[in-house]
Amino acid sequence: MTEVVLQTRGISKAFGAVQASTEISLDLRAGEIHALIGPNGAGKSTLIKQIAGNLAPDSGTVQFLGRDVTGLGTVARARMGLGRTFQISALAMEHTVLQNAVLGALGARGGVFRFFRDVMRNRELTEVAMQALERVGLQDQAATRTAELSHGQRRQLEVAVALTLGPRAFLMDEPMAGLGAEGSKHLTGLLDGLRAEAPILLVEHDMDAVFALADRISVLVYGRVIATGTGPEIRANAEVRQAYLGAEDAA
Amino acid sequence: MKRERAINAAVVLAMLVVPLWAWMADEPFILTLATKVAILALAGVGLNIALGLGGLVSFGHAAFFGIGGYAMGILASHVQSYTPLMEWPLLIEGSKSMPVIWVVAMMASGLAALVIGALSLRTSGVYFIMITLAFGQMLYYFAISWSAYGGEDGLSIYVRNGFPGLNTLDPVQFLLLCYAVLGVVLFGAARLARSPFGLALSAARQSAARVETVGIAPYRVRLVAFAISGAVTGLAGALYADLNRFVSPTMFSWHTSGEIMVFVILGGVARLFGPVAGAALYILLEHLLGGVSDYWQIWLGLLLLAVVLFARGGLIGTLAGREVAHD
Ligand SMILES: Nc1ncnc2c1ncn2[C@@H]1O[C@H](COP(=O)(O)OP(=O)(O)OP(=O)(O)O)[C@@H](O)[C@H]1O
Ligand SMILES: [Mg+2]
Repeated sequence: MTEVVLQTRGISKAFGAVQASTEISLDLRAGEIHALIGPNGAGKSTLIKQIAGNLAPDSGTVQFLGRDVTGLGTVARARMGLGRTFQISALAMEHTVLQNAVLGALGARGGVFRFFRDVMRNRELTEVAMQALERVGLQDQAATRTAELSHGQRRQLEVAVALTLGPRAFLMDEPMAGLGAEGSKHLTGLLDGLRAEAPILLVEHDMDAVFALADRISVLVYGRVIATGTGPEIRANAEVRQAYLGAEDAA
Repeated sequence: MKRERAINAAVVLAMLVVPLWAWMADEPFILTLATKVAILALAGVGLNIALGLGGLVSFGHAAFFGIGGYAMGILASHVQSYTPLMEWPLLIEGSKSMPVIWVVAMMASGLAALVIGALSLRTSGVYFIMITLAFGQMLYYFAISWSAYGGEDGLSIYVRNGFPGLNTLDPVQFLLLCYAVLGVVLFGAARLARSPFGLALSAARQSAARVETVGIAPYRVRLVAFAISGAVTGLAGALYADLNRFVSPTMFSWHTSGEIMVFVILGGVARLFGPVAGAALYILLEHLLGGVSDYWQIWLGLLLLAVVLFARGGLIGTLAGREVAHD
């Protein structure tokens, strides 16, 4: 059996009366893309936040690289090698695209508490950053202020910053949103190759991308995983068709 | 960026030409004003590291200004009264040497900033403003009640402290010394803004979640920034006390915190020369309008309102246009 990199065990989380996660157990194995799909408000982002360490689950545990990380914060999990992109871009908007990528490289390499040398002249960092920008296709925007990027480009930058970390696993929350046909195709190609470097837990609404990429798919409805399986298995699953895919499955 | 450099150069030029004129025209009062501008600007440069780069709206920087001032007052008063600072467990004498006083002032205010920051940086927004204000006021009342060092009346130091190789009693030499300190600190602040630390600090201001996600703890970065910021403002406090040859609890009062913040906002938040331009403008207004009316601060208030509403970048920001993130 392939190695499990990331795993949740019986995670539950309630916001008042809203049960956003109910006993969620899923795993991410080396070399795979595991897609997490579900209707709006199903609890996908909430699950990602609990795995990344932004939110503490009410019960259940998160294991990463064979370690129980439930008690660790976001920073510690990032340092262990958890790379993450946000559904709503969290970037330094006043900084340039390159500066955002350099920040990622800086975080991964350490040495934040240096006060004198120009960080943008540090070749070690800028090279890692430029490479990441090239991979997502943002190299021409390197000197652009991040606030001036389109929504899709910000998504790409999110991915690029995650790449600079050289992480052991990726959590991506809707990286394709707002990307357009051309951009989605490019990113699909990138993620396809990326799974060999580190497995990806991918939240995505773009069903074409999901079925093209995912080794396995988990379906989340009202905070509960109702099915996990390969693309064809999920397509064939009656409960899934009823609960979620029904309307879109006409084709 | 180019335009901002030209404006910075103009500010430097004005700060050199005015005293030069004052010196030739034998106007010692103007020299004192220029010295005051440099020292207050230094306090603002300190605050600007926390406020401009880090987005930490500290309303308690008077605490560090005051600690710097009292570091000078306490050290010098012991020399003045021929009593050691401490006899047991080891003998520590006072000092009338500026370099010694500066180091003590920066260490004491930096340490205080570390403690105050450690407690207040767990909050944000209005709570952060209120907690820093509260710490400042605490020290204010402490200074008032500290009778060993003058209590409410403060401490007078009869002769200005010395600096090796200079005659600090000469207003021109003291002015140049203050300019030199300001220049060195400005250089350091410019480097800091572009350093790895500066990038992490300014990114944490814009998105704490981003910084966390790349494995950097915003709290630690902000805490170190707050300590550096406090130490610089503390250095300014020591110089200010030396300029007046007097320290009093007023240095700790929240008015002082407000004034330091006004320098930064008037001149331009996060602009390297913002505090310099702001302090110069403030002293100029105080000097010009203060002669016309006792209520000159009303006009200052209106000006401040105009800056906040219509010219967010302050004097430098308005003239230089929007900041272009550095290459
Ligand atoms: N901080 C919060 N406080 C209260 N309720 C919340 C909070 N965060 C999420 N919720 C609720 O939890 C449920 C799951 O939200 P979540 O954002 O995880 O959904 P999602 O699957 O990511 O949806 P989308 O596809 O729209 O991104 C929703 O009903 C949402 O309103
Ligand atoms: Mg979501």
